[in-house]
Amino acid sequence: MSAISRAEVAHLARLARLDVTDEELDMFSGQLDVILSSIARISEVAAADIPPTSHSVPLENVFRDDVVVPGLSRQEALAGAPDTAEDRFRVPRILDEE
Amino acid sequence: MSELTTKTAAELARLVAAGETSAVEVAQAHLDRIAAVDDRVRAFLHVDTEGALAAATAVDVRRAAGETLPPLAGVPVALKDVLTTKGVPTTCGSKILEGWRPPYDATIVERLRAAGLVILGKTNMDEFAMGSSTEYSAYGPTRNPWDLGRIPGGSGGGSAASLAAYEAPLAIGSDTGGSIRQPGAVTGTVGAKPTYGGTSRYGLIAFSSSLDTPGPCARTVADTALLHAIVAGHDPRDSTSIPVPVPDVVAAARQGASGDLSGVRIGLVKEFGGEGAEPGVMGAFRDAVDTFAKLGAEIVEVSCPHFEYALPAYYLIAPSECSSNLARFDGVRFGLRKGDDGVRSLEEVMSITRDAGFGPEVKRRIILGTYALSSGYYDAYYGQAQKVRTLITRDFTAAFANADVVVSPTTPFVAFPFGSRTTDPYQMYLADLFTIPSNLYGGPAVSVPCGLSEGLPVGLQIMAPTLADDRMYRVAAALETVIGSLTPPVLAAA
Repeated sequence: MSAISRAEVAHLARLARLDVTDEELDMFSGQLDVILSSIARISEVAAADIPPTSHSVPLENVFRDDVVVPGLSRQEALAGAPDTAEDRFRVPRILDEE
Repeated sequence: MSELTTKTAAELARLVAAGETSAVEVAQAHLDRIAAVDDRVRAFLHVDTEGALAAATAVDVRRAAGETLPPLAGVPVALKDVLTTKGVPTTCGSKILEGWRPPYDATIVERLRAAGLVILGKTNMDEFAMGSSTEYSAYGPTRNPWDLGRIPGGSGGGSAASLAAYEAPLAIGSDTGGSIRQPGAVTGTVGAKPTYGGTSRYGLIAFSSSLDTPGPCARTVADTALLHAIVAGHDPRDSTSIPVPVPDVVAAARQGASGDLSGVRIGLVKEFGGEGAEPGVMGAFRDAVDTFAKLGAEIVEVSCPHFEYALPAYYLIAPSECSSNLARFDGVRFGLRKGDDGVRSLEEVMSITRDAGFGPEVKRRIILGTYALSSGYYDAYYGQAQKVRTLITRDFTAAFANADVVVSPTTPFVAFPFGSRTTDPYQMYLADLFTIPSNLYGGPAVSVPCGLSEGLPVGLQIMAPTLADDRMYRVAAALETVIGSLTPPVLAAA
C-alpha cells in the first residue's frame, strides 16, 4: 500500500497554495511515497515518555528594552513589491464578485 | 593567475596591513580570477565589482590615514546568496526572488563590512538551501573545480567552489543539515557550522529556523577560525542568538597547529561503522583516526543508538518548518507575481506565483511539511520527530561524557557526477547522513580535508559540545599539520 495517494498530494498542494500541474502531481506522489516510506520508521522509536525538543538552545522570554530605532521608510518597504498603489501594496481581489 | 589568489586570508591581511600590497590590488586579483574561470565554475550568481572595489578603496584610505586595521581588513569574501545584502541582488537560488534587492543587510554582512572585509559577490546554492549538489539552483549548477563534471556539494556549493577555484580566500555559508560541511568535504576545503545560536540568523533567509546556522568557510583551518571570530557573537535582533561570549576559536586553531593532541579524547561513533559510506571514504577516515592517535590523542568508542533516526527526524522537522517559513513568498510584498490579470483572486494569483517561482525540491518539501503538520499526522510525524531530537541530544551528551570531540566522515561519498542523484530525491538526502545529527543537537561541527579517494577530496567531520566551538578548531588544525591543505588542480585561465 502506498504511504500517500495522488489525491492527498493534490489536496496538500492546494493547502500550500501551489498550483501544481498534472505532470508534477504524478512525479511528486511517486517521490513523496518513497520519501515517506523511508522516514516512517521513526515510529519504531519508543518515545512516549520523552519530552519534545523544539529548539536546541533553551532560551525563554527573550526581552529587550523598548527603544525606538530607525526602521524602513515606506518607500524602502515598498521598493521590492510586485505592485503598489497609493503608497500601499496592491493585491488582487480578495472577495468574490457575487 | 595572480599569486595573491593562492594566499591565505591571514597572509593577505598581513600584506595589506604592512602596505606590501593594497586592498584594491587584492580585490582586483580575485575579480580577475572570477572573470577568467567563473564561466566554467559558475560559483557566483552576482559579482559586485563596484561594491568590492569601493570597500577595498575604503580600507586603503583607512590604512593611509594611519588607522590600525581589524584582523581581516582588505580580505575578499564570497557570500552565499541566502544572506540579504542592501541594494545587492539576493535570490536564495530561486526564481521567486529574481531581481530582488533587499532594503537591509544581514547582521553577518554588517559585521563583515565593519571589519573591512571586501564582499566580492553572491554565490550559487540549491534553491532556499534545499539540496546537496547545487543542482536544485534555479540558475543552474555550480561545478566542482576538482572535476567540472561533478557536483560541488550543496546547498553551499557556490561558496565552497569559489574557494577551491581560488576565486575567493574566504566565504560564508549556512548549514541546516550539512550545507556548509558537505560542500567543504567534496571540494577539499574547510567549512564550519558554529553552535546553533552562535551566529546571527538576522537577514539569513529562513529555511528551517530551529536548525539554520550561518558559518565560515576557507581553505585553511586558521582562516576559518579568523572569519568565525568576526561573524559570531550575540545579536539582539535574533531571539535565538546566545548571549554569551564566543569561545576563542583563533587561539584554539593556533594551539592545534602545534600538532600536539595529548590529553584530547576523540570519540568514534560505534553506529557509524561504515555502512552506506564508500570504501575510499572510510579508508581515508581510518587513516586520519590513526593520525590523531599518533598526535597523542586518545581514541575512544562512543555509542549513539538514535543517530540512525536522525535522517528521518530531519526530513520531518526541516520540511515542516520550511512549509511555514516559505509561506511568506506570496507575491505581495517582494519577489515574483504571476497571473495577476485583474480577474483572478488573490488566492489564485498566489498559487500560480508559487508554482512558477518554486522549483521541484522546494515544492516537494513544502508538500511533505504540510503533510507532517496536518491534523491526524502531527503526533505521529512532527511530534515524534521532536522527541527523537531529544534522544539524539541525549546520545551526544552521553558521548561527550567520555570524549572531548566526536569524529566521522563528513559525507558518505566523494563528489558525484551531475544527474546521478536527482531522480530519486532520497538518494540525495543520504549525502547528509553524518552531518544531520549535530544540527538536531545544535552543537558545532567542522569538516576538514583528510585525504583523497579516487583523486577526489574526502572530508572528516569533528563534532563538539554546544558552545565548545574552540575544541573542534584545535583538533582540525592538528590534522591539517599532517594532511596539509588539499590543493585542487588549478584551473587554467581560458
